[in-house]
Amino acid sequence: MSKSVLLKSSLAKKYWMAATGLFLCLFLVGHLLGNLQLITHTGESGRRAFNEYAYFMAHNPFIKVMSWMTYISILFHIIDGILLTVENKKARPIGYAHAAGTKSSTWSSRNMALLGSLILVFIVMHGAHFWYKAKVKHDMLLHKVTVQSPNGPAELYVTTAGSYLPVQGVKVKNHTEFFEPSVDIKLGEGYKDLHSVVIAFFSGKETNGVPGNENALFAVIFYVIAMVVLAFHLMHGFASAFQSLGARHPKYTDTIKNVGNGFAILIPLLFAIIPVIIWKLYN
Amino acid sequence: MAAKTINITLKIWRQKNCNSKGNMETYTLNDVSTASSFLEMLDQLNEQLINDKKEPVAFDHDCREGICGMCSLYINGRAHGPDNGVTTCQLHMRMFEDGATIYVEPWRSAAFPVVKDLVVDRSAFDRIQQAGGFVSVNTSGRTMDANAIPIPKEDADKAFEAAACIGCGACVATCKNGSAMLFVGAKVSQYALLPQGKVEATQRALNMVRQMDDEGFGNCTNTGACEIECPKGISLDNIARLNREFLKASLVSNK
Amino acid sequence: MSILDSKIPAGNISDKWTDYKDHLKLVAPNNRPKIDIIVVGTGLAGASAAASLGEMGYNVKAFCFQDSPRRAHSIAAQGGINAAKNYQNDGDSVYRLFYDTIKGGDYRAREANVHRLAEVSSSIIDQCVAQGVPFAREYGGLLDNRSFGGTQVQRTFYAAGQTGQQLLLGAYSALSRQIGLGRVKMYNRHEMLELVKVDGKARGIIARNLVTGELERHSAHAVVLASGGYGNVYFLSTNAMGSNVTAAWKAHKQGALFANPCYVQIHPTCVPVHGTNQAKLTLMSESLRNSGRIWVPKKKEDAEAIRSGKLKPTELKEEERDYYLERKYPAFGNLVPRDVASRAAKEVCDEGRGIEANDTNEGVYLDFSTEIKNKGKQAAYAAGDHNPSEEKIITLGKKWLEEKYGNLFQMYQKITDENPYETPMKIYPAVHYTMGGVWVDYNLQSSIPGCFVTGEANFSDHGANRLGASALMQGLADGYFVLPYTISNYLADEIRTGKISTESSEFEVAENNVKSQIDKFLSNNGTKSVDYFHKKLGLIMWNKVGMGRNAQGLQEAINEIDQLKKDFYIDVYVPGSNDELNPQLEKALRVADLIDLGQLMAMDALQRKESCGGHFREEYQDAEGETLRDDENFSFVGAWEYKGDDIKQEQLHKEELKYEFIKIAARNYK
Ligand SMILES: Cc1cc2nc3c(=O)[nH]c(=O)nc-3n(C[C@H](O)[C@H](O)[C@H](O)COP(=O)(O)OP(=O)(O)OC[C@H]3O[C@@H](n4cnc5c(N)ncnc54)[C@H](O)[C@@H]3O)c2cc1C
Ligand code: HEM
Ligand code: SF4
Ligand code: FES
Repeated sequence: MSKSVLLKSSLAKKYWMAATGLFLCLFLVGHLLGNLQLITHTGESGRRAFNEYAYFMAHNPFIKVMSWMTYISILFHIIDGILLTVENKKARPIGYAHAAGTKSSTWSSRNMALLGSLILVFIVMHGAHFWYKAKVKHDMLLHKVTVQSPNGPAELYVTTAGSYLPVQGVKVKNHTEFFEPSVDIKLGEGYKDLHSVVIAFFSGKETNGVPGNENALFAVIFYVIAMVVLAFHLMHGFASAFQSLGARHPKYTDTIKNVGNGFAILIPLLFAIIPVIIWKLYN
Repeated sequence: MAAKTINITLKIWRQKNCNSKGNMETYTLNDVSTASSFLEMLDQLNEQLINDKKEPVAFDHDCREGICGMCSLYINGRAHGPDNGVTTCQLHMRMFEDGATIYVEPWRSAAFPVVKDLVVDRSAFDRIQQAGGFVSVNTSGRTMDANAIPIPKEDADKAFEAAACIGCGACVATCKNGSAMLFVGAKVSQYALLPQGKVEATQRALNMVRQMDDEGFGNCTNTGACEIECPKGISLDNIARLNREFLKASLVSNK
Repeated sequence: MSILDSKIPAGNISDKWTDYKDHLKLVAPNNRPKIDIIVVGTGLAGASAAASLGEMGYNVKAFCFQDSPRRAHSIAAQGGINAAKNYQNDGDSVYRLFYDTIKGGDYRAREANVHRLAEVSSSIIDQCVAQGVPFAREYGGLLDNRSFGGTQVQRTFYAAGQTGQQLLLGAYSALSRQIGLGRVKMYNRHEMLELVKVDGKARGIIARNLVTGELERHSAHAVVLASGGYGNVYFLSTNAMGSNVTAAWKAHKQGALFANPCYVQIHPTCVPVHGTNQAKLTLMSESLRNSGRIWVPKKKEDAEAIRSGKLKPTELKEEERDYYLERKYPAFGNLVPRDVASRAAKEVCDEGRGIEANDTNEGVYLDFSTEIKNKGKQAAYAAGDHNPSEEKIITLGKKWLEEKYGNLFQMYQKITDENPYETPMKIYPAVHYTMGGVWVDYNLQSSIPGCFVTGEANFSDHGANRLGASALMQGLADGYFVLPYTISNYLADEIRTGKISTESSEFEVAENNVKSQIDKFLSNNGTKSVDYFHKKLGLIMWNKVGMGRNAQGLQEAINEIDQLKKDFYIDVYVPGSNDELNPQLEKALRVADLIDLGQLMAMDALQRKESCGGHFREEYQDAEGETLRDDENFSFVGAWEYKGDDIKQEQLHKEELKYEFIKIAARNYK
């Protein structure tokens, strides 16, 4: 198989590029739908919904498979992209003295590798901001609420079963599991308070115990720019993937192009307005 | 409309042979008729150089009517120059202003090494063709009657449009990756569209792509520049068809 | 008997080839790999031959001077290829194609060869379709045909205006397959500069590697020359820049007779010359004559006004125009054969009625306005509008034209910057095809044993004028269906010969000849470029050995070329060195041969005291200015024998043309 044309030929590299790219587009849709909850619901219910969603994403077996595929796709897409780019550079060792014409192709199409690399930078940063905290460093607070009890304000953890457990009365083990402090009995599981992390990150304000991000405005701008970059990547990438896979016909090619442009604008735009709105809401 | 004359400055790539390094040289040429073709202008330059006992500029050309595919030249940043849908030999000097500076460079591609000055070696295209660009039918005088297999006009027309490629290499020269997909796509398409070519379709797609890769052409990023610069208007449809043909071939073959 | 034995087999014309072929000697498959064949040229004639011989199992080496075999000049043919398929059921047959070709050639071609050509024509189309050549088709999926160049049947197969390209790419694909299989070794950018004879037989060539300048010796048991035509002797022609006579001429110098050099076809519809820097002329497909009407102003003054830009052709009233072809040849009108149309154009321009504002004022109009109106009206009616407005008619008419000739119109506009939908096209005749060439017998073998010549390079099938769409047919017929048989017959006696050494003195001498010629040019240190001499030669040829010839002019041409040749060798400057790509050196070597050939053409034209086909001697015309053949005295092929550096010493041999199956008649297109 390692010698198969399905791996080593130039065309096959493009099939993989297209397949992984399109899969990542699918991922973007899923990811966006979840993220939109950051702005569609507000207040505690919004926080709750979002953290529930994050929990679901982390535990549903189907989603798990999908997320592994996403990781693999990104990895493949990146490696393949680098291989292609290196080969392409080698194919023209001496460049032209008079720069190539710019009318015959779009800027995006000529700069996919640059755009991709920028996206990679973004993915790394984005991962460090959230994914790394939640999945590797595990220093994320758990979702808790403060209620007014007769004895004054009381802090309660929200459990995945929908019930509450007093913060004082439980011991947290394995990052998210609540245990009876004296006997080793599991009482339930909590939600990571990703919502508050996000809000604190983009609003700059302390949120449910998460300290505000001092560079929140900078973060918002960075995310918006990243989405512009993604938009340009997709502006060429979406339709290009269909061409790479041979899907082209007068009947539907224009449609693919239009859908691709729509996709390339709409998805990053919706992603981008989330931090903007959060920042606006709190500042 | 009436022909006038212009004076121009030329910046031309000069390189003794494939082993030497080249550089851009500057020449001035006066009284160029706007009715002359670009190559006639170069003839005029060469005549001037010869009269000055200098070495004339070598460039490829033969038919001078846009069909043999022998002429090349990257002119002011565009393969076959600033006009659309023409080869360099069909480009006319009326496209240039008086006093213009014109850059003339050879095709740049690892697979097309420079032979001398503006002349490059495009035999890689021949080798791709030799790898599978044919129908294996011997001469016999006993093949079946030409009308024995009707071919839908639409397919025949599309096959013809693909077969109109002149093998000039402008697609490679233009492509930022130096990819030969338009050329190979056109050839594979011509045969894929005709019943005569279907029998060997699998082998053809595999072999021609293998040869294309071996020659050191780049990959296709679907920028579409080739289609726009192709003097014969070969469509990206042909690249898509090649993608399909190769996908099919790689799934059914045991290679 | 003269030394010319055409070896035409006996028997009835329609059985000759079959019978003959059935009795030719064969070479067994196991012996073929022991036999080497050199094929010079990869046009239709060469590529088809090399591919077929490779398939058969011979060891083939093929040569071309371009960077790829696919670029041979055949690629430029536009109109189509004839074949007697009778797909259109208009009464076509092998006999009719045979007859039309003989008549078109003004009864100066060999009957047996032409009949064979007509016989195999049908197989050519079958072969090409099997190879995947995308000919034009009708909606039903079957092949389409058009009528072409003065015939009354539709037998021309075509692929838009790029038939030559598609056919050549077909032959190139067959050749590529053999190269890939290792049965043909291809030498691109190689130019044959000498034919090597050993013991009287052609045994090899000296070729120059055009990239490195190296002279290479290649030996073989037979040499096939398929090196194309020599139209470039006129400097300006529709031929590719590299087309030349060198390969054929070297064979001639080694003893191959050169036949009918004066038969040149001048094509009526080319874009006129624009200026002195012009390098070549562009053909506008003959098919345009199906839709365009040719005219010049009736009055000289109007022509002058047009040339000076004071009058637009569209402003000239109908009565003021002279549709001279329709006037002179009411039966065929604008569709008269090429030589007739060309001469008529020259005549009106000689009268001062030419319309092109160039040095010579030579040009006539090809006007589509009538066709626009006719077709526009038809289209409107077809769409149900029986009372269309003038405007609508014109729009629809232009649309029709665009569909039919769009690419040609665009090409014309690119060259001239004029819009042929709005203003009539300007056209003028230009040198296009050379019927003459190396003399060959029925086997396509020249007078040197083992040296075969095919395609435009030989003289065999078109007489004094070639019909449209017949050169492609001949090239492929020779390469696919004739040569493979006849060359095997020759090679059958070579199976015991063994490898031919390239170390023999013959190769040594040949190589040294070439070397000294190259050295001579490079060390000449003259003052003028090769093109300077080539242009001069072209001018002499065009003015004195062109469309109209007379004894005085021809004699002058012979003398002028004598002088030109002297000047050339004294004063030509060839820059650069031998050990590199040196296009000027290539040109110098070619022009040297073209000069010799030009002189021979003038001699041949002088010798032929009659008018026939493309050869028009002003002294021999009838009262209405038509060609006057002299069948009694000139019904022969004039084949010249080289007698040393002074071309004037060449000796004429005559091959009598016998018409056993066709009755000779006057060629009449009135
Ligand atoms: C513009 C134009 C349009 C035409 N249209 C038609 C048409 O519609 N129908 C038709 O029937 N005919 C047409 N003709 C005529 C026809 O195209 C040619 O007669 C025919 O193609 C000649 O084919 P060939 O194989 O003999 O030679 P070519 O195609 O000229 O090939 C010559 C080959 O010989 C090689 N060669 C030459 N000299 C040497 C050397 N010394 N060493 C090595 N290699 C050498 C060249 O590299 C080339 O490969 C047209 C011609 C022109 C110019
Ligand atoms: C969410 C993230 C991403 C998505 C949705 C995405 C999507 C796509 C799509 C659909 C294509 C078109 C494939 C084709 O032409 O067949 C593509 C091409 C490309 N992508 Fe990405 N991509 C992403 C991230 C990246 C990253 C991180 C890189 C980093 C290296 C990258 C590099 C490239 C390159 C170089 C190409 C062009 C390949 C070529 O045609 O030569 N992409 N991408
Ligand atoms: S596809 Fe177009 S640009 Fe490329 S070689 Fe063919 S004709 Fe030239
Ligand atoms: S010289 Fe033949 S295409 Fe330009």
